[in-house]
Amino acid sequence: MASATPRLLSSLFTPLRLTYPIHAIRTSHRSRTLSFLSFNLRRPNGRLRTVSSFASNGTNGMERMGQKDEERYDVIVVGGGHAGCEAALASARLGARTLLLTLNLDRIAWQPCNPAVGGPAKSQLVHEVDALGGEIGKMADRCYLQKRVLNLSKGPAVRALRAQTDKREYAMEMKKVVESNSNLFIREAMVTEVLIGKNDNIQGVRTFFGMDFFAPSVVLTTGTFMSGKIWVGRASMPAGRAGESASLGLTENLQSLGFETDRLKTGTPARVDCRSIDFSGLEPQYGDDEVSWFSFDPECHIEREQMCCYLTRTTSETHKLISDNLNETPTYGGWVDAKGPRYCPSIEDKIVRFRDKESHQIFLEPEGRTVPELYVQGFSTGLPERLQLALLRTLPGLENCVMLRPAYAVEYDFLPAYQCSRSLMTKKIEGLFFSGQINGTTGYEEAAAQGIISGINAARHSERKPLIVLERESSYIGTLIDDLVTKDLREPYRMLTSRSEHRLLLRADNADSRLTPLGREIGLIDDRRWELYQSKQLRIKEEKERLKNVRVSGGEFAAEVTTVSGQPVRDHTTLESILKKPHVQYKLLDKHGFGNENLSRCEKDCVEIDIKYAGFIMRQQSHLQQIVNQEHKRLPEDLDYYSMTTLSHESREKLSKVRPQTIGQASRIGGVSPADITALLIWVESNRRKANQRTQQELLRSGATDNHMAASSPTDSVVQATAI
Amino acid sequence: MALALIRLLPWRQPKPHCLFPFSLNPTKTHFLFHLRHCQASTSSPKTLILTQDERSNGSLSAEREAIVGSGTIAAIVTSLGGGPAAVGIVRLSGPTAVAVAGQVFRPVKRVKEEGGCVAWRPKSHFVEYGYVLDNDGNVIDEVLAVPMLAPRSYTREDVVELQCHGNDVCLHRVLRACLEAGATLAEPGEFTLRAFLNGRLDLSQAENIARLISAKSAAAADSALAGIQGGFSSLVKSLRIQCIELLTELEARLDFEDELPPLCLPSLIDKISVMQRDLQDALDTANYDKLLQSGLQIAIIGRPNVGKSSLLNAWSKSERAIVTEIAGTTRDVVEANVSIHGIPATLLDTAGIRETDDIVEKIGVKRSEAAALAADVIIMAISAVDGWSEEDAKLIEHIVMSQKSANQAMTAPMILVINKDDRKPKDLLISFEEICSGLFKKVVRTCALTGAGISELEKAVLEVRGLEPISSAGRKWTVNQRQFEQLLRAQEAFVRLHTSIEEQLPMDFWTIDLREAALALGQISGDDISEEVLTSIFSKFCIGK
Repeated sequence: MASATPRLLSSLFTPLRLTYPIHAIRTSHRSRTLSFLSFNLRRPNGRLRTVSSFASNGTNGMERMGQKDEERYDVIVVGGGHAGCEAALASARLGARTLLLTLNLDRIAWQPCNPAVGGPAKSQLVHEVDALGGEIGKMADRCYLQKRVLNLSKGPAVRALRAQTDKREYAMEMKKVVESNSNLFIREAMVTEVLIGKNDNIQGVRTFFGMDFFAPSVVLTTGTFMSGKIWVGRASMPAGRAGESASLGLTENLQSLGFETDRLKTGTPARVDCRSIDFSGLEPQYGDDEVSWFSFDPECHIEREQMCCYLTRTTSETHKLISDNLNETPTYGGWVDAKGPRYCPSIEDKIVRFRDKESHQIFLEPEGRTVPELYVQGFSTGLPERLQLALLRTLPGLENCVMLRPAYAVEYDFLPAYQCSRSLMTKKIEGLFFSGQINGTTGYEEAAAQGIISGINAARHSERKPLIVLERESSYIGTLIDDLVTKDLREPYRMLTSRSEHRLLLRADNADSRLTPLGREIGLIDDRRWELYQSKQLRIKEEKERLKNVRVSGGEFAAEVTTVSGQPVRDHTTLESILKKPHVQYKLLDKHGFGNENLSRCEKDCVEIDIKYAGFIMRQQSHLQQIVNQEHKRLPEDLDYYSMTTLSHESREKLSKVRPQTIGQASRIGGVSPADITALLIWVESNRRKANQRTQQELLRSGATDNHMAASSPTDSVVQATAI
Repeated sequence: MALALIRLLPWRQPKPHCLFPFSLNPTKTHFLFHLRHCQASTSSPKTLILTQDERSNGSLSAEREAIVGSGTIAAIVTSLGGGPAAVGIVRLSGPTAVAVAGQVFRPVKRVKEEGGCVAWRPKSHFVEYGYVLDNDGNVIDEVLAVPMLAPRSYTREDVVELQCHGNDVCLHRVLRACLEAGATLAEPGEFTLRAFLNGRLDLSQAENIARLISAKSAAAADSALAGIQGGFSSLVKSLRIQCIELLTELEARLDFEDELPPLCLPSLIDKISVMQRDLQDALDTANYDKLLQSGLQIAIIGRPNVGKSSLLNAWSKSERAIVTEIAGTTRDVVEANVSIHGIPATLLDTAGIRETDDIVEKIGVKRSEAAALAADVIIMAISAVDGWSEEDAKLIEHIVMSQKSANQAMTAPMILVINKDDRKPKDLLISFEEICSGLFKKVVRTCALTGAGISELEKAVLEVRGLEPISSAGRKWTVNQRQFEQLLRAQEAFVRLHTSIEEQLPMDFWTIDLREAALALGQISGDDISEEVLTSIFSKFCIGK
């Protein structure tokens, strides 16, 4: 949790923090200032020292707070879901005084849909967030009910960890973490307005009850709440999730600022009582015997007892019931136009579109250790509630089931993400960031990935530091954000392995060696994590070196290698070349005493992958190098695309809308042809030269009058202006 | 206090030119790419970060200067089709220009001194004399190589110009050798574009280049849309679709493992080998080189006395074969050499095939059949006077049978020549095309006496072998050249894919080369394969929670 040196403080005082009376955090509306002061005074001394450090940095000292009747922060995060928590934590850990506003304090990091984290591509996001110093991986490791590694034999880049999680425990654990950061303040509120300054910069937010909170950076993570509306059959009500009120007013406010909004739809299946299910005939799905972990931090690697999932199938009765009642579903009944995401079709969609399939798999997943709820995966539906139970009861094992919550669909506002740049800051309003479903994504992992980036950048923006953009080729996070802000998305965006062109380089096992050094430089990786990281890399490096040098000849080992790989083993073969043979795993080295016991299973995997696939990895890297050369050429942000007559009309429009940051990003915009890219390159080069000419002329002119001026070139002054 | 100071220290001392003013591990900073952004003075500067895997030993070289358009391109830069010129030039430009040239070029001096196995290390602006060799080490042409190393070249990249003989065929062969060695075919105007982007040329020329390029690519796009590509375009298209289909099967399993039926690997591997064979066949057909060395073997077969020998004489403009009115005059295979649009060809006049008791003629007939089996193109001659006769049908059946029994993977394409066109009976206008369209790829009417129809016959020969005549307009040729390159790159990917399968690498590795093949076979370089594959997955499989 703690990062970098100053944050050592918070780790010191964590135990004390837990003993606070809850009411101490509450502030009364009548006397904000006073209660705020008393709030600080009630804290242990250590807290006071932290607060005083804020006073000393000048931007939000207590004096000013006393003078003006308002609350000032460095960063405000609106929304306490998976994006919001990650953003708030990253920001607070970077030292920014952060306020987290949420509609309901008891629903922090809630998992309203699938009680699971990870899976193909999504697990890579989780590993990457963790490598940067984020929280989602640790939470999933702490609260898992079951863990499985998918795609085990299909290649190191697509191997994916998935955890079923205890959703209540998850929310509680995350709440604890959020509450225990000394820079992070939490408050229940419904934000209805963002406050804008003179220069189109964000100043803060206003809540429904009339509170103003001020900060130079604001992150909106509204999830499905912005003008949310839920549907069961034909009935609908305004709500962000079942049982939780929607957030109203913010959409209109953002529209009035010139933002384009649109609507998306998603859904969640019914929950049933596990005590009413007959599991005897169902196929159980157990977790892995050997548990894998999301987090690179071994402190979170605590094994727990695993729970079981079950597999059932739709029957002909299911299909008949649906076919008979198609007109009762929103899509086929024709009262909802919006199409759901393609990867998440309702059961009626599956049955209509794939008529030939006699049966569809349905998974029953536990939602927690202490609750009887089971999530019925693969069975989301738009049918009215009265039919849902009958439908559930057509499934084997569920003949007498009790339904606890009906399936429902939710419709909500989002802001097409071309309005953000890749730092996730909006192009219109400086200091305003969007993350999560508001950008059109779906999934906790996608939300967390955006959350950590917007949190980092919000904190950096409040300190006037340059913002961070992860290139597409650097990570799944980069790919995700690049896709979001560049492509024209028409359905909630889910991360998939096939979206990443260089996935062989973006593996789970190397997420740390790709991103932890960056996390360290940003300031999210503390000394302990950094040392762990470095010693791990060292062990891997030394082991690779050892395998290169140790040679074996004949014997039982060689014989078994031959059997396993189908290839002969020559005398004096290095362990490295043995490991390169097909189907030979590091385990085999261990078995015959050639392994290294100082390495963890994970580290052995790393060694094995690095050696086994070295050729492919090298090739992909040189491929990547080419792309870096070609595509990472920057485009000025103030280009007037409409004036470029050499571009096609369509691409002028698209380019003006997206305002790409690099040539590569420009080339990924639909409708921009390779010829347009060439024209763009020429235009940029011409402009650069014109600017150079001007500079030279100015230099000559000023040199004639004043020799001093010539010493500092204009380019330098630009750099200074941007770097401070 | 002290702690507060620590907090303030690192971040509050920004230095210009350094985005991370302070690095916690100063020795390790090199592996972060800080693409520094200094030119734009807008409100929020951004740090673009391409992190690198610290574990990988092959380092993405941050030191290497980023070059605009990093590939090495090649093209014939002298004009084509405008009649024979003394010299023609193939130009290579790009970071690997020297390496590519080194693969195809053998300086004469080096061969003598060191045996020619050392990498070519040319001295800039120093002309070297030598040979261009193809993949198998055969000499294609005698050339002068002019290396112009960066930045002292037109494009400011490494440039190698190979000055060849002005013959179009020579130039194309040299260019293809370069493509096979890893260069890509230059886009129209790309050398000039690179020159400009690398800081050469006058500013005022920029707009002209832009116009030129957009006009040319528009023309290319037009021709693509109009579907006038010919050549292998349908094959390229269908192979690409097959690649996408295979990717769909594989990727669906990777993203939705537990929702799909297991993959049938053997059938997938079968599909891949079939595709690879198709590719290889197409490349073989397209391969000028092989034909240019050995030339085309064209066997003229038919019943006796249909004018085969006259045809040979007319075609070769000689009296190579004895022509009489007597059926069965030709007893042995008679050869004559001709050049068809620059491609050497050997015409084989054969004994008329018929049932005979004459021992000598019998041997002749045997030889005729053998010649037909070995030929690259079979010309079946019939006489317009007799029309399509029973014997003709029997004969061709016999040939087809023997082809099959010889178990040849690829049977030579056949052309039907209706000779003695001048003497055809007025009423005999039945369409031969209908009778034998299945067997023959082309039907040509000739008159050996007047020489009419010979040039049509030449065209037909080139067409059935996939050797489109090199037209002077160049566009069609360019399209063919592109398709050749597409097929070549796809083939390379398939060879790698094949190795991956053989080495039993996991499935994910197969997608890498399949993706590359699909990319190579794409129409436009900007194709979004990922989206296409996803769309295909969702339409094909039932997926979802």
